[in-house]
Amino acid sequence: MTATAEPEVGKARLRKEDARLITGRTRWTDNITLPGLLHLAFLRSPVAHARITAIDVSAARSMPGVIAVFTGRDLADEQGSLPCAWPITEDMKAPNAPSLAVDEVNFAGEAVAVVVARGPYEAADALSAIDVDYEELPVVLDMAAALADGADLVHPELGTNKSALWVFDSAQAGTGGDVDLAIAEAEVLIERTYRQQRLIPAFMEPRSVVVDPTGEQYTMWSATQIPHILRLMVALTTGIPEHKVRVIAPDVGGGFGGKLQVTPEEVVSLLVARRLGKPVKWTETRSESLLSAHHGRDQVQKLTLAARRDGTVTGLKVELLADMGAYLRLVTPGVPILGAFMFNAIYKFPAYHFACTTVFTNKTPTDAYRGAGRPEATYAIERLMDELAAEVGMDPLAVRELNWIKHEEFPFTTVAGLEYDSGDYEAATAKAKELFDYDGLRAEQAERRARGDVVQLGIGISTFTEMCGLAPSRVLGALSYAAGGWEHAAVRMLPSGKVEVVTGSSAHGQGHETAWSQIVADQLGVPFEDVEILHGDTQTSPRGLDTYGSRSLTVGAIAVVKAAEKVVAKARRIAAHLLECAEDDVEFSAGAFSVRGTDKLVAMSDIAFAVFSAHDLPEGMEPSLDAEATFDPENFSFPHGTHLCAAEVDTETGAVRLRKYVCVDDIGKVVNPLIVEGQVHGGLAQGIAQALYEEAVHDEAGTLVTGTFADYLLPSAADLPAFVTDRTETPSSTNPLGVKGVGEAGTIASTPAVVNAVVDAVRHLGVNDIAMPCTPMRVWTAIQTGRPDAGGPGSTEAGGGLGSLSGGAQ
Amino acid sequence: MRITVSVDGTAYTDDVEPRLLLVHYLRDKLGKVGTVVGCDTSNCGACTVHVDGHSVKSCSMLAVQADGREVTTIEGLARDGKLHPVQQAFHDNHALQCGFCTPGMIMQAIDLLADHPDPDEETVRSGMEGNLCRCTGYQNIVRAVRDAAGRMRPGAGPEAERVEQRSAQLSGGE
Repeated sequence: MTATAEPEVGKARLRKEDARLITGRTRWTDNITLPGLLHLAFLRSPVAHARITAIDVSAARSMPGVIAVFTGRDLADEQGSLPCAWPITEDMKAPNAPSLAVDEVNFAGEAVAVVVARGPYEAADALSAIDVDYEELPVVLDMAAALADGADLVHPELGTNKSALWVFDSAQAGTGGDVDLAIAEAEVLIERTYRQQRLIPAFMEPRSVVVDPTGEQYTMWSATQIPHILRLMVALTTGIPEHKVRVIAPDVGGGFGGKLQVTPEEVVSLLVARRLGKPVKWTETRSESLLSAHHGRDQVQKLTLAARRDGTVTGLKVELLADMGAYLRLVTPGVPILGAFMFNAIYKFPAYHFACTTVFTNKTPTDAYRGAGRPEATYAIERLMDELAAEVGMDPLAVRELNWIKHEEFPFTTVAGLEYDSGDYEAATAKAKELFDYDGLRAEQAERRARGDVVQLGIGISTFTEMCGLAPSRVLGALSYAAGGWEHAAVRMLPSGKVEVVTGSSAHGQGHETAWSQIVADQLGVPFEDVEILHGDTQTSPRGLDTYGSRSLTVGAIAVVKAAEKVVAKARRIAAHLLECAEDDVEFSAGAFSVRGTDKLVAMSDIAFAVFSAHDLPEGMEPSLDAEATFDPENFSFPHGTHLCAAEVDTETGAVRLRKYVCVDDIGKVVNPLIVEGQVHGGLAQGIAQALYEEAVHDEAGTLVTGTFADYLLPSAADLPAFVTDRTETPSSTNPLGVKGVGEAGTIASTPAVVNAVVDAVRHLGVNDIAMPCTPMRVWTAIQTGRPDAGGPGSTEAGGGLGSLSGGAQ
Repeated sequence: MRITVSVDGTAYTDDVEPRLLLVHYLRDKLGKVGTVVGCDTSNCGACTVHVDGHSVKSCSMLAVQADGREVTTIEGLARDGKLHPVQQAFHDNHALQCGFCTPGMIMQAIDLLADHPDPDEETVRSGMEGNLCRCTGYQNIVRAVRDAAGRMRPGAGPEAERVEQRSAQLSGGE
């Protein structure tokens, strides 16, 4: 056996996963075919709110190739209610959530019937033959209007459109002062209302599910991030015993939170397969995906920041309205609450108040989307810090530095009650400034302003942190989440010395197979190539809580480390037996056990075979090296970084061009720099897309008008700049690898950096806000309405903010 | 309708519905599931294949339109167990994460390199504009395409793929 000489962790290993993906030998769910497979197609409501008075499926049922048609009424007794695992308050109001609508529809795109046919074309054909009578009801779209007295109701049986009010107050919690006092005594008050527009996760692989009911277990393949949670939840929802359900997430083409869901289509596929005793498949179209898969963000943020004239912050008050859409899906209400701990960010606020009202509307349900609550919080605070800097006449970096936690102050307990274990904001910022040429670009900005250049330059800053690694189970319990946050792993030593690693983390593009192999290679001293990673099948990977919230490395991989440590401990005992020495005298290094001070050694692979043959083991020792571990972290990890964006704004057209983007992230120890860089690039693209391009828009009838990729603007290669990425490395102290997680950092940090840059470019024209996405129309409108006293042409409207929403969405 | 199509070097004759999309023919009739469907408005490019040497979004072409033509998919690129230089470059530059867009990206990149054997960054970005990726932010895809250009010099891809370039040169373009 060749032992690894230098550590695998830290190497830019090319990915094991690529071989099948670049050759088309993939196992997407939609690639799976089974004998007798039937195809499903869903009929969806074209209206946002209506009573279903009649459905006639007889014509559809008699079409060629159609096996069956089911309505919500047909499945009413067995479909249960789709689960919400996060009741944020005891009195939270939650409507019944059928997979197929029974009596009424509450958003346009809600499934009302399902066709089962021999082929997908035949199933699609039959949809148009189903006749549904809708008695339309008033449509509720605007959150503020939804909360007004006498408002029309999404769910009249709940008596209100308000689902819950969740409050954190630092004075009550004992983590800080009274924010109202801080506001009353403030020398400077910054009051703003920001809108987090509705986004769509838009993973590239459309969702797909195949259910085979012909074995002892129902086997469900699904394009999901959460095979383990899905198994439990479909069992609880349908009443099918958990041990009779096996869920497999094969190759999954991206998720970004969008596949962190128990979907109506998964439940219906299972029920139909059970009814018919035949395997079924459903694969969505992109239009279906945009319309009915859960959306993200969608908050209105009322913010009050109190400060002294010297720029020192003294208090922060956050009042949110969060749009739940029509139903509470798996973690819908919890998403804005995850942001509650992040509005204070890296700054030393002495007083903090957060209140979030969750609201029902007749729109597609919202739920997790990359960052989930933390991008919203980071956007708000990073925009406010720029506004504070402008108000007190300081450089925005200087205001941040004045208020952030100094590196020598860690560990630091924040006003939101979290303990940040480590960080070095100074180091990351210094490096970013240098890479960016901050002073040079500021000089150019001044020069362009002075000569009134048509194209103005803006510089945007985002010094962010986030909480990663969901999560300590006790914290999740305190937040009323129904499950824990542990993760499971097993390490199996094969007789030939090769290794199988079972992980509960379920990858969908993150490169776990490569990164986990690197970690295990170091732990066991075996070659990288000798490690196989098994995941995503509840039969081979029986325990797990899956992949979301940048938790795989900080929780899942630590479980792998703990399991490997147990393997080494067992092997050490056998090594001592074979080497005829005391266990204390055995040293383990580079895959071999040796007797201290001698050249006697035995390799891990030799021990693996000795255990397999079991001829000569220590007394009472079972013939197995295999080990399992379940890891529950004691704290989150807190990646941070400094992102700097230079944007050029054409003041005549409103067009924005990103000229330079530099980010320096501190994500602790790095397992694979290549994978990290890729995660940062992709994260930046999504965050920039929120700032400039993407928005899910509903018209006044509640119809999604951005229902195709021609309307919902995912950026292409031509829409994005090249990024300059770098790192500082402050190891996390909350796990043995010192890692922090990187999946969401780019998305969280970049949105405010870009919008700050755009606003900075035209601030001298009297603009202090532009609503996202900063389309040319919105930017142009903001410039036209800039305050005259600040150099703008003038209008009664201040800035471009929410007022510009009516100025054209696109 | 009866069609005969060459796909990845094998001739297939099938009776197909006139409305059958080429991508569904490839996936459902021939089992060429390496080519995937990412949207229904021809925006994403995940289904990109080559027809007679040029990239085509196979969701925007009917199977009957491929009658008598040569189709190459991602599954037909590797030769004798050796990856196509663009496939290799995507691996070497970490130009994929979930990999769903990758087959289409690779097929489009090969077409692009046939027209532009040594593209600069802007040429790659605009030439790949019709292929969407949600994971990578495109930076490593751009790097991979330019890296592949270096590996494929002189001359990219089979002869048929250089038709446009030749005609462009003949007409004095570029």
